[in-house]
Amino acid sequence: MIEIKGLTKMYGDVKAVDDVTMTVETGTITVIVGTSGSGKTTLLRMVNRLEEPTSGEVRINGTSTLSVQPHILRRRIGYAIQGHGLFPHHTVARNIAAVPNLLNWPRDKIAARVDELLELFSMDPVQFRDRYPADLSGGQQQRVGVARALASRPDLMLMDEPFGALDPIIRARAQDDLRRIHTKLGSTIMLVTHDMDEAIRLADKIAVMDAGRLVQYGTPAEIITHPATDFVADMVGDVERPLRLLSLIPVSQIMVDGPAEGAAIAADASLRDALSACLWTGRTAVPVERGGGPIGHVTLDAIRACAEFQP
Amino acid sequence: MTQAHRRLAFSATGVLFAILGLGALLVPFMTIAANRIVEGDGMRIWNIATPSATLPGLAAVVAGLLLGLPDNMTRARLAGAVMGLAGLVWLLVQGAPALLEGAGAYARVSPATGFWCLLGVFLLLAADALAGMAPGPVMRAELLATAVGVLAAVLWSGALSDLSIMQEYASRRDAFLAATWQHLGLAFGSLAAAAALGFPLGILCHHQIKLRSMTMPVLSFLQTIPSLAMFGLMIPVLAWVGATFPGAQALGIAGIGFAPAFLALVLYALLPVVGNTVAGLAAAPQAARDAALGMGMTPRQRLWRVELPLGLPIILTGLRIVLVQNIGLAVIAGLIGGGGYGTFVFQGLNQTATDLILLGTLPTVALALTAAIFMNIFVDLTRTSTDARND
Ligand SMILES: Nc1ncnc2c1ncn2[C@@H]1O[C@H](COP(=O)(O)OP(=O)(O)O)[C@@H](O)[C@H]1O
Ligand SMILES: [Mg+2]
Repeated sequence: MIEIKGLTKMYGDVKAVDDVTMTVETGTITVIVGTSGSGKTTLLRMVNRLEEPTSGEVRINGTSTLSVQPHILRRRIGYAIQGHGLFPHHTVARNIAAVPNLLNWPRDKIAARVDELLELFSMDPVQFRDRYPADLSGGQQQRVGVARALASRPDLMLMDEPFGALDPIIRARAQDDLRRIHTKLGSTIMLVTHDMDEAIRLADKIAVMDAGRLVQYGTPAEIITHPATDFVADMVGDVERPLRLLSLIPVSQIMVDGPAEGAAIAADASLRDALSACLWTGRTAVPVERGGGPIGHVTLDAIRACAEFQP
Repeated sequence: MTQAHRRLAFSATGVLFAILGLGALLVPFMTIAANRIVEGDGMRIWNIATPSATLPGLAAVVAGLLLGLPDNMTRARLAGAVMGLAGLVWLLVQGAPALLEGAGAYARVSPATGFWCLLGVFLLLAADALAGMAPGPVMRAELLATAVGVLAAVLWSGALSDLSIMQEYASRRDAFLAATWQHLGLAFGSLAAAAALGFPLGILCHHQIKLRSMTMPVLSFLQTIPSLAMFGLMIPVLAWVGATFPGAQALGIAGIGFAPAFLALVLYALLPVVGNTVAGLAAAPQAARDAALGMGMTPRQRLWRVELPLGLPIILTGLRIVLVQNIGLAVIAGLIGGGGYGTFVFQGLNQTATDLILLGTLPTVALALTAAIFMNIFVDLTRTSTDARND
């Protein structure tokens, strides 16, 4: 559990972060979202003490971060910096091995871990291990940056716009990868983004920042249905709110028994995907499948009911 | 058709070199003087020896110039340069004994304007051809070693011993050897001292902006002091130190001699060393420096693992500047009794013995050139193993 209490950071007269208090539960993904310059990066960097707060404190599992030497604290916290920050003079393998090296892991354990991580990010170890960062695409560089942050299996990960350089398709895949990795490892993740779509897709809880202040902190559904301020409503986007709400609900939740016409969709697809399938093919219901076999269907009426505003 | 076309493609620099070179054939190639002090009489290239002796050399020079003409044929141009240089040496070897014959016991022969111009033309042609070939570091090291080896062999063989400059050398062989060691000691010793002081200072300046903003202007100011004034200034300072601190004189610290020259060179060297250390350490991408701290490196670990390796080419470039600069400046040490090749330069100036001056300047130029090429190779080697990957 990470408790952030009254955290404030001043740069001269500018309040980059203004009295932020929030609690992040262990094992969840918390996404900090806001416009550029709203203080997201500064807030994240105060957790691993890359910035020292002007006032307030951060406690990790009950212990104040001030009670540990900064470099010891940081070795336990994974940090994927904005814009990858890979070491240009080290190979991919050596970049990923940076923290295990600092922790003096044995050599063969490090090598095995490097290969494991490369595979996790769909990069062939044989092909990529000995390359230099300059020989990778922007997306590959960013994935190596994230792999480096994960290398020592930290309980807490801080990620600053980790998918910023990716094109939309690879970005969606990377987001899926992250959810999958998170489910597998069960670590606590604090992730910064300026993209509300990404926040809704990834987050257990979303923290919305505006000009240094935390203006709303809640589940994606709460943020969409009950935005606390006009700013949050703007971030969510009025016209897209029903669709965003649907994207949070899996098809399996409102599925009913019985067959339906046409191509099926997967049970863990979202209602947004189901709606899209209905509208595109002019159907009023789509069949649902799991593991290749039909298990029921969802109706357009049921989807519509889910998207309606319920005060 | 294409053949005719290719024959027409002349390199602009090649044409320029050929015009300059052919022009240089018309001015005196060597001089002969009654003794080492008086001015000599110029002799054109076809007058320095019998036609049968000069013809091969002359032919090689002309052929070398012509080989420099075609465009896009860098190997031919390099061959032309080598051929031309060989021709020049041949002409000296033939000309010197021929001119001396019957000219009296004190007569001296020296290369003259024509020789120096042609030497310059062929060296430029070689440099131009090499730039076109863009050889890698290893290849350049081999070329450098070959050039130094050939030059040493020619001098060693005694084929040029009739030249006045070689006679000046022959009459002070031991002094020349001593001057060489002093010169190297001044240049490399001051480099080492400047590095020992400058690296730590540069690292401190890298971390402390305040210190940097105080140090850099002082070092820049030192750099602007004219060299003669700087060497002059060191005299009273070190005379005072030698007189005031017991034991200082025993260490050789006095107003004139090695110590003040050494100190002046160190002061000149500090700006490039500190400046390039600061620039080199700042050359690592900000995100990489940030990431290093963020993953739990201590500032010292970051310095050794990230900042120094990434800044090494720039830091070494600073050392190269210092080395070449100090090899040149060390000549002035001769003026305050600091030894080195400058001794011959200032003796030669006093005696108006041109060839004695050359005995001081030519080795200095050769040393500076060799050091510059060598350091460039070294910088390139570190670059290929570090940040060339980052392009
Ligand atoms: N080192 C710094 N010095 C001065 N101002 C800073 C510094 N870092 C950030 N700021 C300011 O603090 C504010 C928040 O910055 P940041 O946390 O980087 O925002 P975000 O990550 O949300 O884009 C901005 O106004 C920025 O200009
Ligand atoms: Mg940011």
